[in-house]
Amino acid sequence: MNSIALILGLPLIGFIINGVIGKQLPKIVSGLLGISTILIAFILTASKLSQFVSNESFSESLKLFTFLNVDNLVLEASFKFDRLSIWMTMIITGIGTLIHVYSMAYMWNDEGFHKFFSYLNFFVFNMLMLVLGSNFLMLFFGWEGVGLCSYLLIGFWYSRPEYGKAARKAFIMNRIGDLGLLLGMFLLIHQFGTLDYDGVIEGISQGKTSAGMLTAISMLLFVGAMGKSAQIPLYTWLPDAMAGPTPVSALIHAATMVTAGIYLIVRTQVLFEMAPFTSEFIFWIGLSTSILAALIGLKQNDIKKVLAYSTVSQLGFMFVALGCGAYTTAMFHLTTHAFFKALLFLGAGSVIHGVHHEQDIRLMGGLKSKMPITYITFLIGTLAITGFPFLSGFFSKDEILTHVFEHNKIGYGLMVFSALLTGIYMFRMFFVTFHGSYRNTHFSFDKVHESPMGMTLPLIVLAVLSLIGGALNLPEYLTHQSGILANWLKPILTIEETKHAISHSTEYILIGVAILVFVTALLFTRSKYVSNHHVPKDEESTGVQGYMENKFYVDELYNTIFVKPLEGLSDILGNFFESKVISPLSFGINSVLTKVGKLNRYIQDGNIEKYLLYMVIGVVILIGINLFI
Amino acid sequence: MLSIFQNLDISHYIYLSCVLFSIGLFGVLFRRNAIVLLMCIELMLNAVNLLLAAFTEYMGDPNANGQMFVFFIMVVAAAEAAVGLAIIVMVYRNTRKTDVSFLDSLKD
Amino acid sequence: MSLFQNLPIAFLILSFITILCALYVVTSKNPVHSVLALILTFFSISAHYVLLNAQFLAIVNLMVYAGAIMVLFLFVLMLLNLNKESEPIKSNLWAIAASISAGLMLVVITASFQKAGIAIMKGNTEEIGLVKNLGRVLMTEYLVPFELSGILFIAAMVGAVLLGKKEKNSEELVNLNNS
Repeated sequence: MNSIALILGLPLIGFIINGVIGKQLPKIVSGLLGISTILIAFILTASKLSQFVSNESFSESLKLFTFLNVDNLVLEASFKFDRLSIWMTMIITGIGTLIHVYSMAYMWNDEGFHKFFSYLNFFVFNMLMLVLGSNFLMLFFGWEGVGLCSYLLIGFWYSRPEYGKAARKAFIMNRIGDLGLLLGMFLLIHQFGTLDYDGVIEGISQGKTSAGMLTAISMLLFVGAMGKSAQIPLYTWLPDAMAGPTPVSALIHAATMVTAGIYLIVRTQVLFEMAPFTSEFIFWIGLSTSILAALIGLKQNDIKKVLAYSTVSQLGFMFVALGCGAYTTAMFHLTTHAFFKALLFLGAGSVIHGVHHEQDIRLMGGLKSKMPITYITFLIGTLAITGFPFLSGFFSKDEILTHVFEHNKIGYGLMVFSALLTGIYMFRMFFVTFHGSYRNTHFSFDKVHESPMGMTLPLIVLAVLSLIGGALNLPEYLTHQSGILANWLKPILTIEETKHAISHSTEYILIGVAILVFVTALLFTRSKYVSNHHVPKDEESTGVQGYMENKFYVDELYNTIFVKPLEGLSDILGNFFESKVISPLSFGINSVLTKVGKLNRYIQDGNIEKYLLYMVIGVVILIGINLFI
Repeated sequence: MLSIFQNLDISHYIYLSCVLFSIGLFGVLFRRNAIVLLMCIELMLNAVNLLLAAFTEYMGDPNANGQMFVFFIMVVAAAEAAVGLAIIVMVYRNTRKTDVSFLDSLKD
Repeated sequence: MSLFQNLPIAFLILSFITILCALYVVTSKNPVHSVLALILTFFSISAHYVLLNAQFLAIVNLMVYAGAIMVLFLFVLMLLNLNKESEPIKSNLWAIAASISAGLMLVVITASFQKAGIAIMKGNTEEIGLVKNLGRVLMTEYLVPFELSGILFIAAMVGAVLLGKKEKNSEELVNLNNS
């Protein structure tokens, strides 16, 4: 049997079984079912990976059926393993397995246990469809599917109205992006007559379309990526998405789904290479997103909100890399980010679990003595994201910075600032949570406990991955050869990545700057939050800090620009148009019909004789018409 | 017997059966007793039968297709009379009337 | 009158009787008289059949119509005790409307037949209307309709029996309708 079918089908089977008869199954069975489907998919992918390693040009495809066949347009439900999709599949199934294991412990006491696992499996299925599809159509199906799962899982505890609101917000914001993607796909069909990746690439190489059209298509695709990957201006849904259970935040809103935008751009890199304007646009959007999100993250007090803004910021980093044309680097940061952000989120979940569902870091503190494993793994995650030398995040972020330095010097300065902010908000959160003294008066410190094995085990695995993840793509100055990932992706990258034009000495200076930034952030936050025992206050901050605390009023801005006018318009339509135009019109039609009906009633009085007479008259008229006309 | 047709043409039969048909139709419209209505319908059917027989003669059809149709019309008429009379008996049993003017429950 | 010129006397007399009886069927106030007049009409139509070389048809018409169906009508009339002049007469308006409609119908159908043109009948041999010939055609060309009409009869019979069966709650229905 085709392994693609198995890899795709297993999560689907898990979803169906858990979704249909999950309630009747014991929790252990339904949980293990959820885990095992993903685990087997992971093992299968790994075995495929070994085939890829041994065979340079190995690829495997699966054509299920022809979806649509009109005129010259043929849309097929087909899937393909190539080096990019298998890399993504490894991340999705690998981290997916760990998070499923974690979820089993985390969600054990929840009523919706089966529902949760069926949704998670369905998500994995859709995500795999997204990355394995060999054309835009399959990507779009997966794209919408993960959006749906995201909506379902954000609103998982739907009895809380604000969670439902957050889910709707995420769904609607994603729709805006999806519209861009859809329009981009229509343009692709219009220009190339196909949605196949290969067909599109071939069409571009044959110069079938103009540069302007390429820019338009790439911009529209990027709008799609913007929505899914939470970039300015469509990022506000992601922090609100933290309403969902924490494993969901880790899997969907940090490690996998939000990287779909990155994947889309790497997949269609040819397009973006040919559209320099779009690349530049992506660069600046990514840069401003990373700084804005980091600034907001500085002032957040909800442990998951901080991580959410951090995710937005890190996604901005990836888009910056894409804007520079450094696709390998973006994929590298995507991978390491998946490791350490999943670790951080799961760690946060463990903390929340330990302090009885309290998420405010102001009400934590001193947790390190009570939760040693969580503490150490969380520390590794924090160090990895802030760029502690030789941890995974250090290499990937450094690579991005180097590319940016080559690309644009001002951009480099801003990126360094953003990296500094990353260090500050992460250490702030870390110190406030784990150091100092415990501050919650409603939940005694004695009851704080370490999480069970099922939760700490994935943490440990992810911590190890975060530690050594950098080995996937060691920089050239250390090993004097290109990294594993760079070699891996080279065959599918259509253009040669620009070799570093800068000398090794400059690189060492850049590394020095990066380490300096890390140390500055560490020392600053340590002196403020550990030595001085500073705790964020409740009262309103003023000035710039106030803006940061209130997320720069972006939500309010969107409210004023989009929601209020729309509401006003609906008010006008509802109060004036409806009552003065629509109702009179429809009631008028109604009354006319009623009157006609009343007239008709005189004819239809139920008397058979009259009916007979009418019938005879009718027949006479018909024959008469036939005769004389 | 052929000799009597020497001067006879089809139009005379047409007039005759048209008159019969119209008389039947007048009865259907004018009378109120359901049984008489049925009888008037039989009259109309017979007018048609007569015309069919006349056309057979007119066409000189050796297969007598027109007469065949008369047979089938008779079949239908017999069946119709049986069911119609059963319905009238049924109606009479329920309402003690056979007057179609009072059968106006269609309007409800 | 040119219409009646050169017509065989037999045809004229028969037609006269037919129309007269038919008119009586329609206008008689007593339903039983109507039935008897209708039987007379059928007799005269049968005579027409004989004139038209349709001898078998004439016999069947007498047996089926005059013999069976009309007896059935008479039987039902007696059963329902309607053999008196119980029928209320309709208003003049109705009489006028009915005569106008029927007259118009007469005009249009004769007009439409007029278009077909007038021609002398070709005439047939005498054997055409005999059982031998008709039976052959009926059993060859018209076999399927013939069988189907058998099924129709069964259906009609079953329907009539079902309808005529006395329902248990018919008395209640009467009460319901009277109240």
